[in-house]
Amino acid sequence: MRKLKLAIGLGSTCAGCDIAILDLNEKILDLAAAVEIVFWPTAMDFKLKELEEFGEGEIDLGLYHGTIRTSAQEHIAHLLREKSKALMAFGSCACFGGIPGLCNLTSKEAIFETVYRDTPSTVNPDFTVPKTEVKEGGYLLTLPELYQEGKALPQVVDVDYYLPGCPPVVELIEKLLPIIELMKTGELPPKGTVIASDKTLCEECPLTRENKMISQIVRPHQVIPDPQRCLLEQGILCMGPATRGGCGARCIKALMPCRGCMGPTAEVEDQGAKMISAIASILGVEDEKKLSEEDVEKLMNQIKDPVGTFYRFTLPMALINKRVIKR
Amino acid sequence: MDEFEPKIIAFLCNWCAYAGADLAGISRIQYPPNIRVIRLMCSGRVDEAMILEAFARGADGVLVCGCHPRECHYMKGNLCARRRVVGLKCLLENIGIGRDRLRLEWVGASEGPKAAHVISSFTQSIRQLGPSPLRRDQVSSMIGAALLEV
Repeated sequence: MRKLKLAIGLGSTCAGCDIAILDLNEKILDLAAAVEIVFWPTAMDFKLKELEEFGEGEIDLGLYHGTIRTSAQEHIAHLLREKSKALMAFGSCACFGGIPGLCNLTSKEAIFETVYRDTPSTVNPDFTVPKTEVKEGGYLLTLPELYQEGKALPQVVDVDYYLPGCPPVVELIEKLLPIIELMKTGELPPKGTVIASDKTLCEECPLTRENKMISQIVRPHQVIPDPQRCLLEQGILCMGPATRGGCGARCIKALMPCRGCMGPTAEVEDQGAKMISAIASILGVEDEKKLSEEDVEKLMNQIKDPVGTFYRFTLPMALINKRVIKR
Repeated sequence: MDEFEPKIIAFLCNWCAYAGADLAGISRIQYPPNIRVIRLMCSGRVDEAMILEAFARGADGVLVCGCHPRECHYMKGNLCARRRVVGLKCLLENIGIGRDRLRLEWVGASEGPKAAHVISSFTQSIRQLGPSPLRRDQVSSMIGAALLEV
């Protein structure tokens, strides 16, 4: 039978998604048997030219991981979309912006100032910063442009499938194999399919919920949590109620709160809003009739860095997707 | 240049705040025309995403009004709204929009003058704060554009 052509492109990424694919271990042989990898720069010496030489829709499945922050990354995303029959956003960065998406909390100028001027080890009196074009000795040297904001893949191109997770867990990547088998018959899964659970993480969480209210928020390093009880009900900010399941609750099993890398469930537009709602339903409920607005505010102010906590992986896809910076 | 006229989205609960604002109208108490009222059955119905979307679409301020504590038609929907609004204020402060653009007030059904006062004073404070940085005509002054179609 014909092998499917698989291309793996990348943007602003830590390459943890590539490692996650390698974490398939012996199953990677099944993958190698089912597909022909035609582009995967992290793993082998592929050149962009090879991807450019493919015809439109000649690749069967394109995986893209990483946030889109530069013109070069945007170019790869467009190329991969054009050459692939189906394009999958692989990992949280491609699905919703991920950790690099937190760049929207600052500006390009501020980053340049820090990196090329303000760090103690930098000596740069002329404040020389990277430019997209420089003429040097008769040659035109170019660099990709760094954009003001990071974007998730669906904000740049049309995306067919999603596989969230930072990085995606092996159990979910394994689900790609039967999908690839299915694709060989010419049958594609419905557009918009998310390879993960449709329910929140709480549905698969092994800890016990007792419907207790809390009056204090603690950070993970401040307490040794009870290994049987819901972390949120112990005052530890766990993103479980606002996060899609499917990861197998690995962080919870190690008694670390969920950080929300699987993104929101299908019905939820804004993960952070949902999480505030979840916290508001248990924090400061007891005796609240005696509390004033200031008292409630004191309770809520215990949350350090709300944006970084609630939108750690989804800031570019949030309703308000960047910090307002006054110049 | 035209004077800045704030656009304010007001979520009013059906039983107290909307009736209060209605009474202000019936009593012919003057208040600024800057608010766009959205009537809900209870202030507890106000979802965080609704408020965030109002800001994302360029509202300069969002006002949430419900029944006084202990007077909620649904027992404690208003207290639920208070927890949410306060939580959201922390987020808005953190993301640079500022907590003062969101306000929660209790307005009873018989409090026509208070309804007018709340609307006037909130409009006044938003006028002083200036246009929301997320407003479409303000986008050039901030980083990029975060706007949806209005």
